[in-house]
Amino acid sequence: MNRRKVELLLTAAGPILLLVLWETLSRTRVISPIFWPAPSRIWPTAVDMFQHRDLWGDIQASLYRIFAGFILGTVPGVLLGLAMGLWWPVRVFFMPLATAIYAIPKIAILPLVIIAFGIGEFSKIMIVAISIFFMIALSTMSGVLAIDDQFHDVAENLGANRWDMILTVALPGSLPSIFTGMRLALGFALIVIVGTEFLNADKGIGWVIWNNYQILRIKEMYVGLIVTGLMGWAMSLVLDVVERYAIPWRSS
Amino acid sequence: MTRLVPESKVYEHGHSGRGVHVVVRNASRVFEGKRGDIVACQDVSLEARPGEFLVIVGPSGCGKSTLLRMIAGLDQPTSGSISAMRGDGQLPTNSVVFHGRTLFPWLTLRGNIAYGPLRHGASKHEARERADELLELVGLRDFGGSWPHQVSEGMRQRVSLARALATNPSLLLMDEPFGALDEQTRYILQEELLRIWQDTCKTVIFVTHSIEEALMLGDRVLVMTARPGRIAKEVGVPFGRPRDLGAVRSSPEFGPLFEDIWGTLREEVERGGAFS
Repeated sequence: MNRRKVELLLTAAGPILLLVLWETLSRTRVISPIFWPAPSRIWPTAVDMFQHRDLWGDIQASLYRIFAGFILGTVPGVLLGLAMGLWWPVRVFFMPLATAIYAIPKIAILPLVIIAFGIGEFSKIMIVAISIFFMIALSTMSGVLAIDDQFHDVAENLGANRWDMILTVALPGSLPSIFTGMRLALGFALIVIVGTEFLNADKGIGWVIWNNYQILRIKEMYVGLIVTGLMGWAMSLVLDVVERYAIPWRSS
Repeated sequence: MTRLVPESKVYEHGHSGRGVHVVVRNASRVFEGKRGDIVACQDVSLEARPGEFLVIVGPSGCGKSTLLRMIAGLDQPTSGSISAMRGDGQLPTNSVVFHGRTLFPWLTLRGNIAYGPLRHGASKHEARERADELLELVGLRDFGGSWPHQVSEGMRQRVSLARALATNPSLLLMDEPFGALDEQTRYILQEELLRIWQDTCKTVIFVTHSIEEALMLGDRVLVMTARPGRIAKEVGVPFGRPRDLGAVRSSPEFGPLFEDIWGTLREEVERGGAFS
């Protein structure tokens, strides 16, 4: 067998083994089938939830919140990051704020966000935006700072003004780093939105998990969990595609 | 203190012709360091005549690059003056070919060359045409859409040269542009550079650490000392134009000139601390 086949086999082996083990232990009642229902029992529940209980609606609600929050956090984050990278006074002023806020577990600010923006849809978008804002700003800044000084000389020598410096040097030069930040932010956004929906929602994938847990519909809770994982995976695939378009000089 | 006029924002079409007269008088550049000041250049005086190919050779770390940056207007001397004048009274434009990997990795080869014209007010269409013209000139017609990382170091260096020429500067400043190339590619690019220079009558100031390169390209060679960089000696190069680089190397004058410059440089390299 060649290396490639072995790789494929090993990659698939982990999840399959886990499922088989889970199925066996649950069916033989080594673990309680009530709290650890076999995967083959969860599957029909998932189908049912998609068909009759508007699971799509919950997925859509969460995706919308993440997406809107992502835009609302990334755009100003990139702007602040560019400013921090290009001008040291901005950097020195924002650095303590950014590092301090960066360290707070984001879900901890949920009460504040609710006080500020209410319990509606907007506060759910805002908590995602706020959570990722400094993360994006810091990675953009480090991207700008990592750009070789010679590129500034070249651009200046070829007649670039300040505006050109930002748009044709700082921004494209920091894009790889911005995408690294976005990848990190995507994980955070998912954590935060699920946490928020646990506490403050009547729709969304976090609500599906928490609500079903509270009324002990364990199979439904598992569906929520699995769908959350799939959502994270799908979003990172989408980000890959966007990245390939945004940074064509990297991929080819 | 006069300093080189900031680059004209006028995009010149066609042939700009007249070379630039560069005069550097007692220019010094001191960098403030944490452990005391570093004198990169000290009392450097030199002159490059219109249309001249002037080569500056010196040990590494002697402030050649700093000098070139000052002539380009990217840095100012701490004391002394630098001026550049064009014979016809117009504002001179300069372009620098920096050493190392200085093509923007986020632009294609064509995009890199079009960068200067775009900043000088050319339309997208004009800039693209100009870029294609220059790609042709440096023999890379089919590579306009490639990214810098996809092509060889020699091709990248050609594009750097093309990018510098794209704004049609009357003064071309080159900072060890061929330093990272293998010998054969270097010869070819040196010949191309001479051809382009002869066709356009630009003033060229070319910085290198290679004595051989200095003698093969220059009309005059200035030898710089180790830090703090000063001009130690001036050597006139007797070889005619157009030059055949092979003939230059095998000519009887080559050896003694090489010896002469190396004699001065060797002292400076040793004094410069490279071996202490």
